[in-house]
Amino acid sequence: MENYIRIKNNQSVPLQAIPVLTYEDFLEQNTGFMLNEANHCVNYYGVPQGDKLQLICCMANDVEHVIYVSSSLIEKQADLPSFTARHLAFHIFEREIHENFGVGYIDHPWLKPVRYPFDRTEKGSQIKNYPFYKIESEELHEVGVGPIHAGIIEPGHFRFICNGEQILHLEIQLGYQHRGIEKLFLDNKKNLQRASLAESIAGDSVAGHAVAFTNLWESLCGYNAGAALQFTRTLALELERIAVHTGDLSAICTDIAYQLGSSVFGRLRTPLINYFQIWCGNRLAKGLIRAGKNNFHFTNELREQLLQLFDAYEPDFIEMYNELKRLPSALSRLEKTGIISKELSEEIGTVGMSARASGINRDVRFSHPHDLYSRLDHEPAIKHHGDVYSRTQIRKEEILQSIGYIRELIQAIPHSDSQILKRGNEEREIGEVGRGLFAISLVEGWRGEICHCAITNEKGDLQHYKIKDPSLHNWMALALAVRNNEISDFPICNKSFNLSYCGHDL
Amino acid sequence: MRILSLLLIIASSLFFTGIVIRTKSIFSGRKGPGIFQPLKDVWRLFRKGAVYSETSSFIFQIAPSIYFASVLMAILFIPFGEFPGVISFNGDFVFFAYVLALGKFFSILSALDTGSSFGGMGASREALYSLLVEPAFFILMGSFALLTGHTSFHEIFNALHFGSYISYAIGTLAAFLLVIIAMIENSRMPVDDPKTHLELTMIHEVMILDNSGFDLGLILYATNLKFAMYGAIIANLFFTPGHELYYSIPIFMGIQVLFAGVVGGIESFMARFRMNHNPQFIFTLTSISLLIFLGVLLMLGKII
Repeated sequence: MENYIRIKNNQSVPLQAIPVLTYEDFLEQNTGFMLNEANHCVNYYGVPQGDKLQLICCMANDVEHVIYVSSSLIEKQADLPSFTARHLAFHIFEREIHENFGVGYIDHPWLKPVRYPFDRTEKGSQIKNYPFYKIESEELHEVGVGPIHAGIIEPGHFRFICNGEQILHLEIQLGYQHRGIEKLFLDNKKNLQRASLAESIAGDSVAGHAVAFTNLWESLCGYNAGAALQFTRTLALELERIAVHTGDLSAICTDIAYQLGSSVFGRLRTPLINYFQIWCGNRLAKGLIRAGKNNFHFTNELREQLLQLFDAYEPDFIEMYNELKRLPSALSRLEKTGIISKELSEEIGTVGMSARASGINRDVRFSHPHDLYSRLDHEPAIKHHGDVYSRTQIRKEEILQSIGYIRELIQAIPHSDSQILKRGNEEREIGEVGRGLFAISLVEGWRGEICHCAITNEKGDLQHYKIKDPSLHNWMALALAVRNNEISDFPICNKSFNLSYCGHDL
Repeated sequence: MRILSLLLIIASSLFFTGIVIRTKSIFSGRKGPGIFQPLKDVWRLFRKGAVYSETSSFIFQIAPSIYFASVLMAILFIPFGEFPGVISFNGDFVFFAYVLALGKFFSILSALDTGSSFGGMGASREALYSLLVEPAFFILMGSFALLTGHTSFHEIFNALHFGSYISYAIGTLAAFLLVIIAMIENSRMPVDDPKTHLELTMIHEVMILDNSGFDLGLILYATNLKFAMYGAIIANLFFTPGHELYYSIPIFMGIQVLFAGVVGGIESFMARFRMNHNPQFIFTLTSISLLIFLGVLLMLGKII
């Protein structure tokens, strides 16, 4: 008997339809899923239901293109056996549940707070007296970096234990950017407010999170987005991928002090983000993606500009990349630095680009296609070494792939629904939110898999909103990648992952 | 006329870093700041007060002045063609090297004095690299001393004549060696990256993270002076006796500009070394200086 329901990406189902299991069965079933390589956990979180807590676990199957959802009702502050003891990929989810609701796990190896500077159920246990990992030895030294970042990007605290120049252990402490976004989603009732909240989850993944939110919202409203809307979203996601990847290549060159690469890739990125400015009036694509409407139609004029942009971009990009990959001094910095093996990557459940650099075929565009991706026949770029150079190569391949997709997409611009249904200024109304629904939306942002989940109550209002940025999994990969590397190689490892602080902290 | 080399080194220190930065800007397709911008930055810092951490002692406060003074002192030994430096005596190049080492010793102490974990890291790296660079410099100068039979900067350079093919080879190798030594001593690429903002990868920059205002200005200007000083040593290799000043001064300036351009070029077109490759790289310098030594032995007929 199946104790779970299978849903597709962007499908909404009545909350009642999700089977409620005893915690033991729930644990057995979901950790059992992990034995199959095709499955991984996309979200696992708790929703308060009265005085109880409903745990919802969403496991994605990449081969069957479905998501298995199951749940369990438990008492708050119960002491339970943990998923993490069976499979490490759950560790961050259980730490979050522990932090938010005080659920105790008897065999969780590392119940460290995720975002708060104190344990919310046990106020005495604070980060200032938190027992950070220590190795006692005369020869070792500890280096603490942050929370103020040297380049003043975002705050995070990194503790290294080093033997001379070699890193033995890195412990990352985040949470400085916690803004309570999930709660703000419930407090702000207007669609516009929620859409701009989604755009602010992580400033570098505006399109990614906005698409996840709008797809989810439309699914809750039972609205089928027309071809023009899907076109806009797909195009925005791919453009964002190209822009951010190019910027990352520039930053990687900066970190190895390769000036030519740094300035050329930097120059190539600017017209891309400026293109968003031309299209929608914001360089980060804020305001472009809205549920049920298209504020900025993609015109033939815009298509010409985009084609011109790519014609200028591609040759320069390829020339510069070839220059970089032929430069011995650059390769000696990139190759065999910050290695994450495939086994390790699977164990800690990395997603997105950094998982693909370690040889894992994990890409929502291919496994759970949304919008126009089912039409594109996407084949993920995979690398196998899991080092900084693999993550650099992945970026280059994805950039060229995305340019190809965009060229293919813009051959035929779909007519906007509102252009067809033009009666005055009226657009097809998005309609009311369904009652008592659960919906999930997966989007492959440039960094990796973004997952938004929502539950609506009986009045047709949001009851719970859950966001998962790919950074949540991948910070652990960074902490493990730098082990046995030199401490001076930490910045280049960090840049090759380019994880989000605020996406993690929410 | 003993003061001539001091004046010329100070004059070229005014534009040296500016040319390096300008070269890098042009190579990366930008216009770049004016040639005197680094100097203006130093001037701005000179007019500011310094902030001292409560945990640092007087060492931290006197170290920048000692560092600056050591560089200035070292410059006094540099000759200009047939004119000796302000101070000149037998064996002065040993004094020269250790006056610079004294300055470095104090800047390492002051980095440790701040108590930051970065400061210690940078200090240990800098100490290691200058330790590794030392044999290369001494074997080079020792070979010259052997070749010429003199032991002071002025007499060595004055007596150094290039004539045979081997001596040209030696001159080229020596110039190369001095360029790289200057790059390492000034914490430039490919060993250190002066532009980085990442503390974990810094060497020299991380040692002066806590310095501010006037002190920082002194340290930055000392770097300019040090560059010009090494440029002057290189220029001395190319003076031949009997040249009039209206020849040798343009040669001097030309070599300084060329040197700055080379530094800018190296910094534009290659990536920085991985930290654990640096010691190997610096050791290579010692082997090059051994080549020079071998060349000198050949010229003197001590072997074969």
